[in-house]
Amino acid sequence: MEFGALSSVYGTLVSTAIGMLIAVPLSLVIALFLVEIAPPSVSRFVGGAIELLAAIPSIIYGMWGLFVFAPFMADHVQPWLASIAPGMPLFQGPPMGIGMLSAGIILALMVLPFITSVTRDVFQMVPAVVKESAYGMGSTTWEVTRKVTIPYGIQGVVGACFLGLGRAIGETMAVTFVIGNRHEISTSLFAAGNSIASTLANEFTEASDDLYLAALIELGLVLFGVTLVLQLVARWWLRRTARKLGAVR
Amino acid sequence: MKQRSLIYRRGIDIVIRLISSLAALFGMAMLGWILSIVLLKGLPAINWEFFTELPAPPGMPGGGLANAIVGTLMITLLAGVIGVPIGLAAGVWLAEFGQQSKTAETIRFAANLLMGTPSIIIGVFIYVIMVMTTGNFSGIAGAVSLAVIMLPVVARTTEDILSLVPSALREAALALGVPRWKATLGVVFRAAKSGLLTGVLLAVARVSGETAPLLFTALNSPFWPESANEPTANLTVTIFNYAMSPYDDWQTLAWGASLLIAAGVLGTTILTRGFLWYRSK
Amino acid sequence: MQTATTITQSHHQPRPFPLSTTKAADLTQPAQVKIATRGLNFYYDDQQALFDNDLEIATNKVTAIIGPSGCGKSTHLRTYNRIFELYRGQRVSGEVLLDGQSVLDGNCDVLELRRKIGMIFQKPTPFPMSVFDNIAYGLKQHYHINRSELRDRVEKALQQAALWDDVKDKLNQPGTALSGGQQQRLCIARAIAVEPEILLMDEPTSAIDPVATARIEELVDTLKECYTIVIVTHNMQQAARISDFTAFFYKGEIIEFGATDKIFTNPDNPKTQDYITGRFG
Repeated sequence: MEFGALSSVYGTLVSTAIGMLIAVPLSLVIALFLVEIAPPSVSRFVGGAIELLAAIPSIIYGMWGLFVFAPFMADHVQPWLASIAPGMPLFQGPPMGIGMLSAGIILALMVLPFITSVTRDVFQMVPAVVKESAYGMGSTTWEVTRKVTIPYGIQGVVGACFLGLGRAIGETMAVTFVIGNRHEISTSLFAAGNSIASTLANEFTEASDDLYLAALIELGLVLFGVTLVLQLVARWWLRRTARKLGAVR
Repeated sequence: MKQRSLIYRRGIDIVIRLISSLAALFGMAMLGWILSIVLLKGLPAINWEFFTELPAPPGMPGGGLANAIVGTLMITLLAGVIGVPIGLAAGVWLAEFGQQSKTAETIRFAANLLMGTPSIIIGVFIYVIMVMTTGNFSGIAGAVSLAVIMLPVVARTTEDILSLVPSALREAALALGVPRWKATLGVVFRAAKSGLLTGVLLAVARVSGETAPLLFTALNSPFWPESANEPTANLTVTIFNYAMSPYDDWQTLAWGASLLIAAGVLGTTILTRGFLWYRSK
Repeated sequence: MQTATTITQSHHQPRPFPLSTTKAADLTQPAQVKIATRGLNFYYDDQQALFDNDLEIATNKVTAIIGPSGCGKSTHLRTYNRIFELYRGQRVSGEVLLDGQSVLDGNCDVLELRRKIGMIFQKPTPFPMSVFDNIAYGLKQHYHINRSELRDRVEKALQQAALWDDVKDKLNQPGTALSGGQQQRLCIARAIAVEPEILLMDEPTSAIDPVATARIEELVDTLKECYTIVIVTHNMQQAARISDFTAFFYKGEIIEFGATDKIFTNPDNPKTQDYITGRFG
């Protein structure tokens, strides 16, 4: 593996995994808030704000991530993580702010609005009368959500997560700003690394010889293939879900 | 059979409500944090020179991003000129003529895939077909890659909006003996006018904030854009280059450019969304 | 649709008049009143939907609520278990008393209230889980219950709902895989599994074929041994067949309330007469 392809693939996987681990549960509870808890006016306002997160250009996430969020991580979050889990290989090394963890968290913020909005739509597809009859059994809001709403929409939520995953994997600028751009693999999440997209962004114009350029284009093809497969899976899954839900109603 | 404690069940419910409200608050707070930082750091960079002068070498006082502002406007406009008509035409075809046919379904599917393709991949693609073949980076290559990103968005939005036009309207026009294309252009298009306009604006706004597809197509330049056939200065790549530089005044300019881009993209988004919402009331 | 007579012949014994039959006011002795409403008003935002409803529901009897659509039948029913509270802008004034205790004030726990009052809706509402889990849902929610006891309870509820023979080999299949009539009986079984005191049925047969309707009517007749049943129906023959008492609603007011035989043979109010004989509604 020349030109750091292995570390790029590794970095893409790790940063995306961190992003999804944070974004999925967060999106679920925000969708729950929008559909079941907030009054309509609040729901519309908060929903609009969350959607606005998706409209922010990724270069803005990059600027904020590099100059504001990474120092914040270095000063507050990383020392705290290191102190609550001493000796944990994931949290080793100097708290530099930039690195896998910060990149993952920013990815989470960026895909959150996508997963939230699909999840919200799916939750809203549960027929009111089915929810009513669950409430009519004497269930609390959470019990109705856990036993009826989520099982009803779980497949749609899974599809939404695949779509979000596709976005996270291909995200370029925000990751390039904060991941640190280092061609090495480290177990620590504090360490700098790189991703396929960030390697392309950083090195494409500097690729002096043809072999190097060909390797980078190949790396781009790998990324394209992965996102293509993810999308195909997501679309197939969502379509299947829509059919199933249609049959239920 | 012992009854479950109502207090316990209620307690869990309240805890979950609290968590989910806090999560929503967290999302809002992050939005507020990002926007306020962009505003706070960007405002000091905004002055007359910022809009009128070329960038100064590092260490020299003054200097602006006039060339990048012009370049971004130029590339975006060019992208719109290429992408919007094709996108509109594709959307019209899908809604009015293709409908449920196999070809239309395939095109829809391809458009969806294209929409989900990472923008840097589009950049690589345009590099291979335009930059490598012509041998130089150019604003036009940048505009084409933005147009490719815009295309599926415009097409699908157009289709969605046209399908909202009641078919009775379409049929009424056709019943007068008007040919199909005339009915579409004259009646259906007119009925959907404001929806189409907002859809197009949203798509243009979105691509105007893109960076990755310009990195190896339009590249960047410290000079005024004189032709679309040479590397062209633009705001987003400038932000990337200046942010990564060690010079404070360049970083300040990068914040100014960030504010400009954020205000442009988010402003357009909020205004058009607000307009749509207002109209739907 | 079968006629009233065939149903009566097939499974109804002629029954004695339950109580005195003259006026609503002296229909029931206090001990036999399960639910009473006093001066009940209901509002959808500013629109008043119920006006001063006074009604007494007798223990272990079937009370039918009839009237033209939009007259407030369902709205009235939905105050008993406070299910209307799920929606903003719906409010109530006056009293609903369950065994003499107010259900609307703060002392009444709504979770416990809804355990005591089961509800069946117009459309079958199987939850997205297996037949067994559908029935176990309420039990697991309200009680600490071990596996064997759960099995017994589920079987008992299904038997009470006359569904056991149909589904005993399909307990692990999704509830949605059953036929419409079976689904509705599944919902009845789910409601009675937690041993409520009252069953509210909101047009339970309106989405179901005539044969399945007949089975559910049979079921109502056996269930009233154990439960107080209130059934909203737009089908007057159904009310006549299965209920002991009937309330006639018109524009949110209770026009007439009395023993079913009296209402259907010799109503006091000309409006009731007109509705019964099909002159409007």
